[in-house]
Amino acid sequence: MISRRALTIAALATVAVVLGSLLWMRAPRITSRATPRAAAAPSPTAPAPPGRKIKARLFYVADDGMRLTAVERDIAYGEGATEQAREIVAAQIAPVVEPLVSAVPGGTTLRAVFLTEGGEAYVDLSRELVSAHPGGTLNELLTIYTIVNALTVNLPAVTAVQVLVDGKEVDTLAGHVDLRQPLAKNLNWVQ
Amino acid sequence: MNAREIPRFFAVTTLVLSLGLAAALSSQSPPSSSLAVLSREGRRAIPITMVADQEFVALDDLTTLFQLTVREDALGAITVSYKGKTIVLTPDQALASVSGRLVSLPAPPSRTNRRWLVPEDFISRALALVYDAKLDLRKPSRLLIVGDMRVPRLTARYETLSPSTARLTIDATPRAQSTVTQETEHLTVKFDVDAIDAASPLLPPQPAPGIVTGVRIVDPTTVAVDLGPRFAGFRSTSLTVDAAQRVVLDLVGLVQSDAAPSQPPPPSPTTAPGPPEIPAFGQPASAFHTIAIDAGHGGEDEGVHSADGAKEKDLTLTVARRVKNIIEARLGLRVLLTRDDDRNVPMDERTALANNNKADLFISLHANGSMRRTTTGAAIFCAEFDKDAAQAAATGGAERLPTFGGGSRDIEMVLWDLAQTRHLTQSEGFAGMLERQFHDRVPMASRSIDRAPLRVLESANMPAVLVELGYLTNPEQAKLLMSDVFQNTAAQAIFEAIVRFRESLAPGGTQ
Repeated sequence: MISRRALTIAALATVAVVLGSLLWMRAPRITSRATPRAAAAPSPTAPAPPGRKIKARLFYVADDGMRLTAVERDIAYGEGATEQAREIVAAQIAPVVEPLVSAVPGGTTLRAVFLTEGGEAYVDLSRELVSAHPGGTLNELLTIYTIVNALTVNLPAVTAVQVLVDGKEVDTLAGHVDLRQPLAKNLNWVQ
Repeated sequence: MNAREIPRFFAVTTLVLSLGLAAALSSQSPPSSSLAVLSREGRRAIPITMVADQEFVALDDLTTLFQLTVREDALGAITVSYKGKTIVLTPDQALASVSGRLVSLPAPPSRTNRRWLVPEDFISRALALVYDAKLDLRKPSRLLIVGDMRVPRLTARYETLSPSTARLTIDATPRAQSTVTQETEHLTVKFDVDAIDAASPLLPPQPAPGIVTGVRIVDPTTVAVDLGPRFAGFRSTSLTVDAAQRVVLDLVGLVQSDAAPSQPPPPSPTTAPGPPEIPAFGQPASAFHTIAIDAGHGGEDEGVHSADGAKEKDLTLTVARRVKNIIEARLGLRVLLTRDDDRNVPMDERTALANNNKADLFISLHANGSMRRTTTGAAIFCAEFDKDAAQAAATGGAERLPTFGGGSRDIEMVLWDLAQTRHLTQSEGFAGMLERQFHDRVPMASRSIDRAPLRVLESANMPAVLVELGYLTNPEQAKLLMSDVFQNTAAQAIFEAIVRFRESLAPGGTQ
């Protein structure tokens, strides 16, 4: 009797483990579709939490202002592609000090990152990305390709990025670059 | 012009006018004129008296003008003193002793009506050696320049190169920079100098009807090139030739109907390298009738701001209006502005206006912004599409649809957001022409032509470019961008690029 009960418990435990594993494997996509976890995005001004790090290439405005320049940085390791994407974007939009100049307007915060199975990333940024943007075609190109290239260069699984603002799709940031579709990596804007 | 400059303005105007008058009378004999004396303090004129075909000036006029003292001794010698230095003149001798050094004069002093007259060259050969400031005597112009003033001598030449082209060359010696701008009835060449030394008119009236009807001096530093009824456009080039700065204005005119089109143009007699040939306007062109000019931003969308408050939306509208005026006046083409006032126009409406009116060219005008204040230069953008979009556009095409009254016909289907894909080659061709027109006239960015996924270009169903005129975030460039000179120059460059593009579409034209 005892052995029959033990067998039942063992079977249930096995099913639970299998289901748990399946859920875990699907977790990045499912959790990314959930309500954005603002708390998961590290504070841009805070130093990276201690722990495992990865090297990533982040992009800033070059000295001549005409292109982006890549800078290698240690950023926090993220468990799964979505978490890693979130860490990369958070590090990319964090305030910087001279001589670095960011093409992302100050005050912009990360709301959420979604990844699709097709390799498209949706990066939802706060409204400051538009309201604090100084305008100009080149400025806008550099802002957009800072985000697009930060993900496509560092995460091979991401092939294109669409920027959302305050949870919504936008036509442009300041009247120039078409943001209605995901944009592919473009190193033409990098020195 | 401040209060201090007003007397100078009138003085120099009088100088220029008197020079012109002098030139006009120079063929008469005997000349009765004056020597214009130009200094920082203004202008004076002293009479010139002719004695035995030599030009003389009265010694007492020089005394007043240059604070000299004159003493005549018992032996008849005349001693001219200035700050302890002396010049001794002897009647009947064409010599002067300047601080003990002998210099020759073209003639001895002459006494007339109880006044001593000295040859004009006394000023340059004797007085200049003792006087504190530089004395520059220009006898052909009857001009004496006192001190370090920038007064270049201008000479001009007008050549007819072909029935539809001509070249006006203006040399400024010594070298002086100038700016060429276009007004309604004339081109102005403004020199960065204190005054110009030139006869007015600089060139006699040209036979009418011509591209240019005359070249005259309009103010102490400005030359006006009066445009004739055949004038269609121009290009200016500045180059250094020996000691002179040369402004070359290549002018194009409408071809007269009675002109023999097969007549080859005469060889250019120019002695200095000129700019590349520009196309003759008014030649038969393809069906190219309508141009859409898009003044970027507007209304609440102000675009980029400069540090001192200049707004991109105002700059783009001003330049758009100027381009429209030039095109309509010179080419007689229809020009549509996506906005002609300060209002926000949705992006799709801008392209829709061009598409619905079957515009042959779409030009969106903008000013740029950078996170770095030193970024500078104009740039031209064409649309860019990803591979999937290009493929989707390629698979679009004609569909057979039923028509009213029965039957069917092929209707060409154009995907709205991908309309530009079919025109990219021509758009890039026009961008190249525009870049060449801009190159020598406005500061260009290090990469002056680029592609980008620009929203306003993607739906344009015709060749289309976006022009960034420069950086309002760069304080120096912002001042330039908001100046009349820059805006006219940019409008003229855009106009000339359109002329070239139109001709490239004509039968036999090439891109």
